[in-house]
Amino acid sequence: MNRSLRPLLATALIFAIAYALAVMQFPSMFSTRVLGNFLTDNAFLGIAAVGMTFVILSGGIDLSVGAVIGFTGVLVAVLITWAGMHPLFAFAIAIIVAGTFGATMGLAIHYLQVPAFIVTLAGMFLARGGASVITRDSVPIYHEFYAWISDLTIRLPGGGRLSFIGLTMVAIFIVGALIAHRTKFGSYVYALGGNPVSASLMGVPVARTTVAIYTLSSVLAAISGIVFSLYTSAGYPLAAVGVELDAISAVVIGGTILTGGYGFVLGTFIGVMLLGLVQTYIIFDGTLSSWWTKIVIGILLFLFIVLQRLIFVASAPGEKAQKA
Amino acid sequence: MIRRSLLKLANPQLLALVGVLLINWLLFPNFFRVTWQDGRFFGSLIDVLNRGAPVAILAVGMVGVIATKGVDLSVGAVMAVAGAVAATMVVAGYPAPIAVVAALVVGLLCGLWNGILVAVLDIQPIIATLVLMVAGRGIAQLITEGFIVTFNDPLLIYIGTGSFLGFPMAAVIALVLTIIVTLVVRRTAIGLFIEAVGVNRAAASLAGIRSRMLLLLVYSLSGLCAAIAGIIVAGDIRGADANNAGLWLELDAILAVVIGGTSLLGGRFSVPLAVVGALIIQAMNTGILVSGFPPEFNLIVKAGLIFIVLVIQSPLASRLAPPRLKPAAKVAAK
Repeated sequence: MNRSLRPLLATALIFAIAYALAVMQFPSMFSTRVLGNFLTDNAFLGIAAVGMTFVILSGGIDLSVGAVIGFTGVLVAVLITWAGMHPLFAFAIAIIVAGTFGATMGLAIHYLQVPAFIVTLAGMFLARGGASVITRDSVPIYHEFYAWISDLTIRLPGGGRLSFIGLTMVAIFIVGALIAHRTKFGSYVYALGGNPVSASLMGVPVARTTVAIYTLSSVLAAISGIVFSLYTSAGYPLAAVGVELDAISAVVIGGTILTGGYGFVLGTFIGVMLLGLVQTYIIFDGTLSSWWTKIVIGILLFLFIVLQRLIFVASAPGEKAQKA
Repeated sequence: MIRRSLLKLANPQLLALVGVLLINWLLFPNFFRVTWQDGRFFGSLIDVLNRGAPVAILAVGMVGVIATKGVDLSVGAVMAVAGAVAATMVVAGYPAPIAVVAALVVGLLCGLWNGILVAVLDIQPIIATLVLMVAGRGIAQLITEGFIVTFNDPLLIYIGTGSFLGFPMAAVIALVLTIIVTLVVRRTAIGLFIEAVGVNRAAASLAGIRSRMLLLLVYSLSGLCAAIAGIIVAGDIRGADANNAGLWLELDAILAVVIGGTSLLGGRFSVPLAVVGALIIQAMNTGILVSGFPPEFNLIVKAGLIFIVLVIQSPLASRLAPPRLKPAAKVAAK
């Protein structure tokens, strides 16, 4: 287990150094206000990234996450604003719809024996298309429940605020970490990512686990969509385009190994915070344009992939022959 | 032998294309009418060829990558980079041929970068090409400095919107490229080598195939094709839009290749059928547009199409249907 800790440590170290450098340049970045906003602004990305961590740990990939976030946002907005439902009821419907959607993808991946990326790609088209068919415009949400939730904050000394959605993300990370590292399902996920053939020989229920993983990912994407709708108070079919790529980047930067089997849910949390730091730094600087975010994320992604490769080659020389 | 199996495979895709075109004709009786105007053909059918050309060109590059059991997610971003390079250089006063060559070289380098990550560093293709997919649009915006660079250069506009013998230039380029690549892979041993690497890279290397070189080659070709498509798209709108040029086209290209019968598990592939796949996608696009549905409907139809193709390609179906060439499918799982 020691070698899988190394990418996690590297991420934590890079985050600490990057944050220290940013604080040296802009001392005001070291405040509870900025840290509180870190959590609030990245809540939807973090929640989706927890689901993506499970998928990648099992050796798969889920490209439908961003589309499910967009679809959920639209569904919730339409149910509340047009159908006059109570938000909690709408949330339940959205989560059930997304869960069914994820389970279907899991079934297709397992029983059709096709790569996860093409199935979830079809899922992405379906969810994005479905959202656009419901409505092509942004649907605003006005409801006292939404106002109540956005007032639900904990004030920190120094003017910072812990919002409800930020705390939701932290809670989901903690629950996700417990599931991954302390439950039977979690060890099944790791076993599946390590080697599906030996996992099934050892008695891991491959079909059930695969379906559960993709269901979990879609349900978390739906919760992320709900959080996104709380964050923006609207549903828009083209919201959260490309979030799946950010989530994958956060997972990889967080030290989870892409071939599956090694990684930590809490590493993903640091990955999300690192992406948030890049964005906040670019906003603080003011002269850098937003496209630098993409380039920096690309560079980070590249560095961590190469790092993983080097660690893998150094510690497992026989791996290559096995994989081929 | 290859020829005969290709002919056998050709039927479903060509039938599907004819079917889609016939449905379009039922929805829109003038669909097949082609008129001659201002020295070029006009009509919905020509429009399908013209609009389908960029995806067809991407598919030509993508098919080799997928046949080696890989995938190239960066082609959309590379299109944006190539378009940005061509447009910025023309605006900066360089002659158009140099700008075009520079854009092609940049595309080739992007492909080579992907190839190095996959072949030398042994990174999974999805992830290796994800790096450039994420960073590529940032790079394109860096080149255009965040603006949509517009130009009036006659050569670039001709590449995007001109016509050759009455046919749209984009379609002519796609056709020529398809013929060249098909001849190269089928008249030499390269196609066989690509299939060998896709079925089992370790075995292919042991058999004496320089698989590393071959992977570099297929990813470079994919980058080059993306650059060609990028120049066409830029010429078409007379500008380079770093955000939207080639957006989601990588997915269309993958879909075209899969419809063309190339297995995502590597091995068997066909360049012309991938191009037919691209035309099927475009014919559906055009059909949905002319029949008055919102364009977003397309996404749902595409999702359904992917699902049908996956079911047909899956080992489950081959167990029910009479056995045919099915490499490496049974190895995975159970």
